[in-house]
Amino acid sequence: MSPILEGQNLALRFVAVRALDDVSLALWPGEVVAIVGESGSGKSTLLRVLAGLAAPQAGRVLYHDADGAAQDVHALREAERRTLMRRDWGFVHQNARDGLRMGVSAGGNIGERLMAAGGRHYGNIRTAAAEWMARVEMDPARMDEAPRNFSGGMQQRLQIARCLVTRPRLVFMDEPTGGLDVSVQARLLDLIRSLVAELGLAVLFVTHDIAAARLLAHRIVVMRHGRIVEEGLADRVLDDPQHPYTQLLVASVLAA
Amino acid sequence: MSDMALDVGALSKRFTLHLRGGVSFPVLEDAALVLRPGECVALTGPSGAGKSTLMRCIAGNYGADSGHIRLRHRGAMVDLVTADARLMREIRAESLGHVSQFLRVIPRVPALEVVAEPLRLRGVPRAEAEAQAAALLARLNLPERLHGLPPATFSGGEQQRVNIARGFVAHYPLMLLDEPTASLDPANREVVIALIAEAKARGAAILGIFHDSEVRARVADRLHEVRPLEDAA
Repeated sequence: MSPILEGQNLALRFVAVRALDDVSLALWPGEVVAIVGESGSGKSTLLRVLAGLAAPQAGRVLYHDADGAAQDVHALREAERRTLMRRDWGFVHQNARDGLRMGVSAGGNIGERLMAAGGRHYGNIRTAAAEWMARVEMDPARMDEAPRNFSGGMQQRLQIARCLVTRPRLVFMDEPTGGLDVSVQARLLDLIRSLVAELGLAVLFVTHDIAAARLLAHRIVVMRHGRIVEEGLADRVLDDPQHPYTQLLVASVLAA
Repeated sequence: MSDMALDVGALSKRFTLHLRGGVSFPVLEDAALVLRPGECVALTGPSGAGKSTLMRCIAGNYGADSGHIRLRHRGAMVDLVTADARLMREIRAESLGHVSQFLRVIPRVPALEVVAEPLRLRGVPRAEAEAQAAALLARLNLPERLHGLPPATFSGGEQQRVNIARGFVAHYPLMLLDEPTASLDPANREVVIALIAEAKARGAAILGIFHDSEVRARVADRLHEVRPLEDAA
């Protein structure tokens, strides 16, 4: 078995700041990995580079597709990369508005992804959209309503449904529970956990929520100043942190 | 060598507290321990001696600094000290069971799903995994009306029974038990003693910390004393 995604010696500099400083990271099929660190640590930049949304100045990102072929993500032509993102990948944004089309109905947001992936039969698409709304615990009877009619937590669940309806192999998430009430967060964590296990997805997510990382991730990667300072089994990184920065991060949390 | 279930040797573990000026102290030095299939070994020693640290190193929850922790996994002896996160996850799913003192789960997940999860990880279909989980919870006298509720709302004893069921539902060749009877009533204590006896009978090796001396006397085939380092030196 080979990794599903590999970042190799990634570097990216913004004027005077090293956002990524020789970062390498591999993600394996079925594995859930959390990237943690404070704002400015480079964690979101790393996610964007690995997801093909920002280009590195050095290094490369390899994606191993279902046929076992390795694709150099940043060397693909724009159209090829877009196809890959539509067909094999999903991206869940922190702000649901960045991942949804606000002018399209809830059901349309889900159906649109299916159509982009080649679905043509209107009735089937509508049925799938209704199924996915139920799956993310939304009322399918509301599928014709606009996203703005839903609460923040529901919009986030809708974004997840839109992302997963095409059965991607790899999902990126940027602070998926950020900005939500604590009670809503728990519900969303539970939903993500069960979908990930059920669909056997590989997930790479960025979070500053250490408790969420412990509950969702198999492995945790700790970033600081554009470098990975520590990584390993999720519970070990949190219960037996080695790097001074990880110890500070864990000690700063009330109860993880 | 071939009949070892666990082989710990030359194991050292030191903690360095970078937030406390880098103060560093050893907890384990040159620790050694061997378990054979079908036997139960109880760790003894004063609190603070390193019993839990030793257990957590074997569980993979703490990383050892040096030495080896070998256990049988997929027919070969594998060293946990050098295992990466992925191998460790595979070992935990198939070869190493752990009943920790406290249950840590996602807030909304029902008890039945929590207990069935180790079987689901091994690919057992949901219905069958949940049937086995329900049977074990019933044996531990957890009322059926609680099976569909998240354990966060349960009493300490109920949570511990969920934790025990989760540890025993899948059969591991090596099990770690940290105070499995601490907050149980006599009837449930008997169930746990019976579960341990059954696990031993099918060849599982068990390493436990049991503060209850009666339980310890009934389940342990031998004791392994963990001495604080000052005394040991």
